[in-house]
Amino acid sequence: MTSEPVLEAVGVRRSFGALAALDGVDFAVGPGEAVGIVGPNGAGKTTLLSILAGTIAPSSGTIRFRGRDVTRSGASTRSRLGIGRAHQVPRPFGAMTVFENCLVAASTGGGLRRRQAYARCIEMLELCRLGDVANRRADTLGLLGRKRLELARALATNPVVLLLDEIAAGLTDAEAAELVVMIKALRDGGLAIVWIEHIVHVLVQVVERLVCMDFGQVIADGEPQAVMRDARVVDAYLGSAAA
Amino acid sequence: MSLLSVENLELRHGLLEAVRGVSLTLEQGQTVALVGANGAGKTTLLRALAGAHRPSGGTITFDGVDITRRRAHECVRMGISLVPEGRRLFGNLTVEENLLVAAQRKRPGHWNVETLLEAFPLLQRLRHQRAATLSGGEQQAAAIGRALISNPRLLLLDEVSLGLAPLAVDAVYSSLATVIAAGATILLVEQDLTRAVSVAQRVVCMLEGRFVLEGRAAELSREQITDAYFGLQRPAGVGA
Repeated sequence: MTSEPVLEAVGVRRSFGALAALDGVDFAVGPGEAVGIVGPNGAGKTTLLSILAGTIAPSSGTIRFRGRDVTRSGASTRSRLGIGRAHQVPRPFGAMTVFENCLVAASTGGGLRRRQAYARCIEMLELCRLGDVANRRADTLGLLGRKRLELARALATNPVVLLLDEIAAGLTDAEAAELVVMIKALRDGGLAIVWIEHIVHVLVQVVERLVCMDFGQVIADGEPQAVMRDARVVDAYLGSAAA
Repeated sequence: MSLLSVENLELRHGLLEAVRGVSLTLEQGQTVALVGANGAGKTTLLRALAGAHRPSGGTITFDGVDITRRRAHECVRMGISLVPEGRRLFGNLTVEENLLVAAQRKRPGHWNVETLLEAFPLLQRLRHQRAATLSGGEQQAAAIGRALISNPRLLLLDEVSLGLAPLAVDAVYSSLATVIAAGATILLVEQDLTRAVSVAQRVVCMLEGRFVLEGRAAELSREQITDAYFGLQRPAGVGA
């Protein structure tokens, strides 16, 4: 990453009781850059994403968005600034239509006014291939439909950086391939992406940089194939070869 | 005839396909390690074999009997015991009382409270201690003891080393070595590959609900398993 980071965590620590979930993490994503975050269970990945999104406050450290200190800003403020997030388990408003779900995100999360919000939703639902089901209740969607809606809702907030948490989990190969095409298009459109994903072979099709975490620290950061073959990364997942 | 035979098994969690048509056989006295990343479907598969998760397709045959639709207590009676991730002991009961609860459904065989405590000196020392006051490693040893006391013919172990300090893992694997030496048949889910390979004859790697690599533990390289584990290179024609 050569340009000024769009979103940055500096010396971030977060404890839950005696557990240090994040132990001095430095992380940055540049404009239009796609970065993957991997790591074994409990490594601190989702905690980092939540701290970047503003749903969890760090115990210490700083979060900057486009150079501005947003450490004390909540999730709603950050969403309006341009930090969008798609969650691992989609929880749409089941009794509302797909379009209405998207509209809530665009207006409350993105701060868009009525006409702008409508236009944004139509665009994002088409992009996420939900145009044909825009007027269906969200609770009638299958898993792929819900994942697409989760992505559409995050995009409806008009983000500059998109935080994705395991959105490929549970999809079939064909569905994951479709998701990859969609996210590649977003990346190519200039959106910065931070993507946590256990399905590494899906992730590496999109990201140009991979960060591996273990025990609340970054243990590797670089070109995806090199990171996944890094001995520290393999040991973090599979135990030490020398044990 | 294999002790366990799984054919084209499919398991779902609501909308999610957790296990997608896997087939596996386990011979009497064999230890097989099942490895794979988070969400690969390992625990769901183990729970299905123990009767705790109803399959949406495929068959499970145990000692020649179709047990696909059998419930957990029926599977225990037939000789299948699961040591679940997180141990799940009765915290207010002592180690001995935990063993006695499990012994209510025991099959005839070598293991009873006395033989267990004799074989596992650690448990002997903790016999009258409440389970909630034990360390993670001690709880794991007690959970393995609890599974053994039913005299299972197939022992399913889920992440026995997870969250334990290295010394505690040593103690748990030392207990396992005793169990294996006594001729147990084991399917072991384990994140620590080195530990798993130290006790297993065969390794099966799962990725996104499928088997993507399987072979003799002694013949698979760490690189082969790493690539399969992360899906970096999908080996052709392996697994279902």
